[in-house]
Amino acid sequence: MAIWADKNTRVIVQGITGREGTFHAIQCRDYGTQVVGGVTPGKGGTTHEGFDVFNTVREAREKAGANCSLIFVPPPFAADAIMESADAGLELIICITEGIPVNDMVKAHDFLKKNNARRVAEGRSPSRLIGPNCPGIMTPGQAKIGIMPGHIHREGPIGIVSRSGTLTYEAVGQLSSRGIGQSTAVGIGGDPLPGTNFIDCLAAFQADPATEAIIMIGEIGGSAEEDAAAFVKANVTKPVVAFIAGQTAPPGRRMGHAGAIISGGQGTAAEKMAALTAAGIHVVKAPSDMGAKLEEVWAGTARGAKGRA
Amino acid sequence: MKVHEYQAKELLRRYGVPTPRGIVVESPEEARNAATELGGRVVVKAQIHAGGRGKGGGVKLAKSPDEAAELTKSMLGMTLVTHQTGPEGRLVRKVLIEEALNIDKELYLGITLDRRIGMPVLMASSQGGMEIEEVAARDPHAIRREPIDAVLGVQPFQARSVAYALGLTGDAFKKCVDFVGKLMRAYVETDAALAEINPLLVTKEGDVLALDAKMNFDDNALFRHKDIAAMRDLHEEDPLEVEASKFGLNYIKLDGTVGCMVNGAGLAMGTMDIIKLAGGEPANFLDVGGGASAEQVKNAFRIILSDKNVKAILINIFGGIMRGDRIAEGVVSASREIGLPVPVVVRLEGTNVELGKQILKDSGLPLITADGMWDAAQKVVAAAQGR
Repeated sequence: MAIWADKNTRVIVQGITGREGTFHAIQCRDYGTQVVGGVTPGKGGTTHEGFDVFNTVREAREKAGANCSLIFVPPPFAADAIMESADAGLELIICITEGIPVNDMVKAHDFLKKNNARRVAEGRSPSRLIGPNCPGIMTPGQAKIGIMPGHIHREGPIGIVSRSGTLTYEAVGQLSSRGIGQSTAVGIGGDPLPGTNFIDCLAAFQADPATEAIIMIGEIGGSAEEDAAAFVKANVTKPVVAFIAGQTAPPGRRMGHAGAIISGGQGTAAEKMAALTAAGIHVVKAPSDMGAKLEEVWAGTARGAKGRA
Repeated sequence: MKVHEYQAKELLRRYGVPTPRGIVVESPEEARNAATELGGRVVVKAQIHAGGRGKGGGVKLAKSPDEAAELTKSMLGMTLVTHQTGPEGRLVRKVLIEEALNIDKELYLGITLDRRIGMPVLMASSQGGMEIEEVAARDPHAIRREPIDAVLGVQPFQARSVAYALGLTGDAFKKCVDFVGKLMRAYVETDAALAEINPLLVTKEGDVLALDAKMNFDDNALFRHKDIAAMRDLHEEDPLEVEASKFGLNYIKLDGTVGCMVNGAGLAMGTMDIIKLAGGEPANFLDVGGGASAEQVKNAFRIILSDKNVKAILINIFGGIMRGDRIAEGVVSASREIGLPVPVVVRLEGTNVELGKQILKDSGLPLITADGMWDAAQKVVAAAQGR
């Protein structure tokens, strides 16, 4: 078990003929992910690096049986690519693209909401968007759907959710070097309007029998971490370790990620760390302590103690 | 991206949002002419990218064109310090001359994105002239919030509810309803991240105008707004940050002594945090991007070393798909070319990391290798403190 992505996930890559799309489609396939083709409008019917190319996502779903899309389309066209995948009824849409205008995402979210409501009313499954501006989703040993380095992961019981790509790798690296594997690692992305948020991931990890403990990595800006804290307090019984990046970030400056900004005194790391701590989450101050703290709290649980024995 | 008040007003006028008549000038002579044209009694407003200009002496009333010229002369070239500029202040290069109006009420109207609900939200308060965060902290009920469907736009009932909340009646009420609709259109169509009218002025004659205007824009949408992108004022930005942006480097200058070069925004922030925990102060935020090629590393070195406060540099790269040996080669070739006046600590992670470390060691360069972030942070702080 894992969340959302596993060995049965059938992935198409939107923007497969581009440089990034090509490189990562091959990397994902090499990892063992079922990459069943790609979409580039105007290049349908051709093959590219052994992948079947389709003109539309609908065609890719019908002919290749895709249920997931991995998006590498450039920013001006990325929101459109997301909506096309939702319209085609793909269950999982992962958007790697960085730099999509916020207004485009406001519209894409509106489209997804209405499309999902319609699908659910008709008894069909809704679409989940992960990202944009994220590394993707990884279920070690089953599916790598994104740009993360596959080799640092190992199979195991820890769920990871993060707004930052490289800090996810950092957490994975710290766990794997301790011999602790991961159930699924989800990069929810650094944009102000993510498709999937902390709460979605925490709820899924809580429900996933293969996940025994969770690392969540937040950063300055917005209030998603505070919302997650309240959710954990009320709904999550598995231990959670958290790190918040940007404790030394100056106010009013956008720290690389579009969503990482302290504005009007709101969204500071201190506020978030206090809210998480108050919810019983194990907050570490140093990013280098994520693995050690997780090992400590996980070993304190019955399954963790057994897992370490 | 930020723009000046006069530019924000120019954009707003394109959408029919009423503003006072104004002319931007760069000399006392132009100010005199502008004031004459505007009827003699004018307000002289220093143009910098920061709020709180009034209290800092950057907004003054002139009763005659001569006085406007006099005030402009004193403002141009002055360093204006406000609570938003920091102690170093900002040099005034342009002044806006605006007609003086008969003030009846000063209100507040703002639009920004509500991240929680994923919609723009209209905020209105009758306490104009005060910062909205201050009003929110003191009395959250004093702010009327209307989430707006960005696809449908402002509905008439929403504009009315804002005008009612502002306590307006009669002609001013109608004009405010019209103002709200136009402001919202300007916000959406320019891809603004913030449109703030503070104060929103109601004149004794019953007119409703944007007395001040602040607009910020979504950097990611500038590709479709060449006219707005052209409004960028590089004088308002740190020269090193401008230089870094030319190379696609995301650099933010800070006050410490430990320079950082990191791949990924989250890890870059985390690196700053751990430097602080190790007893040092970060000199900058710098995301070199995913590749960390020799060329990018070289550019990053140059930018970091231009900051004379930097006493040591920490390179923290989680290689990911990029191989550690490639990154090490990049660091070595960049170091050779640029010469290293300060100690450099390198922490590499990812594929072929052992090979990478060997390359760093064999280079003969004064590169200090580290295992893990905590080790790296301790080493670089010690180096920066000359230990």
